[in-house]
Amino acid sequence: MKTKISVEDLNLWYGSKHALQNINIDLHKNKITALIGPSGCGKSTFLRCINRMNDLISSANVEGKIVIDGKNIYDKDVDEVSVRKKIGMVFQQPNPFPKSIYENVAYAPLKHGLVKKGRECDLLVEKSLISAGLWEEVKDSLTHPGTSLSGGQQQRLCIARTIAVEPDVILMDEPTSALDPISTEKIEALMLELKKKYTIVIVTHNMQQAARVADYTAFFHLGDLIEYDETETIFVNPKKKKTEDYITGRFG
Amino acid sequence: MKTKNNPFYDPSLKKRHANARRFKLLALSSLIIAISFLVFFMVDMIGKGLPALQQTYIQVEVSYNEKTMKSSRKAIDRKLRKVVSRAWLRAIPMQMKENPQLMNTTKLVWALADDQVDQYIKGNYYKLKNKDRNIIDELEEQGRVELQFNSLFFTNGDSKIPEFAGIKSALIGSILTLLVTMLASFPIGVMTAIYLEEFAEDNRFTQMIEVNINNLAAIPSILFGLLGLAIYINLFGMPRSSPLVGGLTLALMTLPIIIVTARAALRSVPDTIRQAGYGLGLTKIQVVRDHVLPLAFPGIMTGSIIGLAQAMGETAPLIIVGMIAFIPDSPSTITEAATVMPAQIFTWAGMPERAYIEKTAMGILVLLSVLISLNTVAVYLRKKFETKW
Repeated sequence: MKTKISVEDLNLWYGSKHALQNINIDLHKNKITALIGPSGCGKSTFLRCINRMNDLISSANVEGKIVIDGKNIYDKDVDEVSVRKKIGMVFQQPNPFPKSIYENVAYAPLKHGLVKKGRECDLLVEKSLISAGLWEEVKDSLTHPGTSLSGGQQQRLCIARTIAVEPDVILMDEPTSALDPISTEKIEALMLELKKKYTIVIVTHNMQQAARVADYTAFFHLGDLIEYDETETIFVNPKKKKTEDYITGRFG
Repeated sequence: MKTKNNPFYDPSLKKRHANARRFKLLALSSLIIAISFLVFFMVDMIGKGLPALQQTYIQVEVSYNEKTMKSSRKAIDRKLRKVVSRAWLRAIPMQMKENPQLMNTTKLVWALADDQVDQYIKGNYYKLKNKDRNIIDELEEQGRVELQFNSLFFTNGDSKIPEFAGIKSALIGSILTLLVTMLASFPIGVMTAIYLEEFAEDNRFTQMIEVNINNLAAIPSILFGLLGLAIYINLFGMPRSSPLVGGLTLALMTLPIIIVTARAALRSVPDTIRQAGYGLGLTKIQVVRDHVLPLAFPGIMTGSIIGLAQAMGETAPLIIVGMIAFIPDSPSTITEAATVMPAQIFTWAGMPERAYIEKTAMGILVLLSVLISLNTVAVYLRKKFETKW
């Protein structure tokens, strides 16, 4: 299997707080990797390092390397905006733009110059919404506001919006924690579909979800990467005591 | 008994409910006091101002001839000369020049009455000689005295002749001034807010700026007038009394209001929207311009209109930059001398003639209606853009 993202000695400080300590991990291509761990363990922070979203927080200070496709994204000659285009992100709260469904999907590809306005753009919007499993539900209401959809639909719209810019990697920060079980099921099915094309990294609080969808699972605790292995190994036969305690619900 | 078969009986409740009722009454009475002040003010203003909508006219025979051309007083009967408006008499030669076919004709015309006659007809205090009053009584019996709609109030500028004075030049002055204020303060204010809220780092320098902006909103307006005088007139040599200077002076006052409200509007846009944008690889300008600003827009508009409405009612700084001048003609550019409505009201309020009282009240009513319509626009804009998404 191929490594898509290779993290070497990653450290992150929020001011004086050492939030991530010497993280070394290889994330595999076309696989779903779940990041689990108790609140405040650094899993979301780590996720945000992968597309340099932490650059938006002025107190955050990153050291180390994240090598994607042979290039360290923290190199001086890498623009974080282009990193975020290649590494898409889906957030905890569905956050469609206050625009129509069509514009939600079309906005970023148009700005990136991926497509031209008109037929080409229409096709991309359709393709993205089909990939996100939303097309059948919204094809007659593309001009309606994105916020008029239900929570689960909004989240799939956000996924459609993310894949419309044709990223390599999709980061998902607890994408189903604000959704009901039926919507969650749909998103999980969608993730399994999407991993054929994309590398997916998902942060989740829901261990069943990690067990259901993830090929690999990484367990974080207090800013440390405790254990990283195939999901089955982590859940059935963890090597570290702490992982086992967390999995079996003894803390967290 | 209550206590016996009522498990919910609580002896302390009676007192607690009474307390709640008293508090409600207290709150209600403050509202009633506030409303009664407002009602008193409105009733007084409307009662005093409405008569200004009517003006006494007298039907007189006017003879247009060479003599009239030289001395317009000779156009009408000697005994009527005191009861018609001087301003109306003065305008006769002009009319003759414009319509040469009037020459050597005689016509029955409704002439604008003198302000004292007007006050007499309206039943107010008046100063008329007995002989003039008898003439009016006589004319009235013949049906030659009439109260007509006072269109002059809306088509004339200020005048030292009360019956001839109108609000138009002040209204236009106000509009031009406000236009300058808006053009100067809106873009600068909104851009400043965007910079402070979206771009600037949170350090001691920006905190100092923030404190100062908040302080600016509380500075007495007359100081802004002095600042405007010093900078725009003395330093830059802009024309005194002009809407340009007045508008820029008011812009100094409006700026902090716009900045503070625009920042609040930007801050209320959920951060998730910004993150969504950055997560898609959009640049800062794309995120702010296309996603954050549209959401903040209704709030920014409301704040700006409230700031402008406040500027519209502002008088003190404009007095300092000379906009209190006597301006009979409406300004047509922003560099001509002008006055504004509140300054006009101030001027009229200080006039000795009785007729200016109703004009003052009417001026206030016009100013209030403009302010109310501005605020209505603000509410409308907010509703329109808020319910959209």
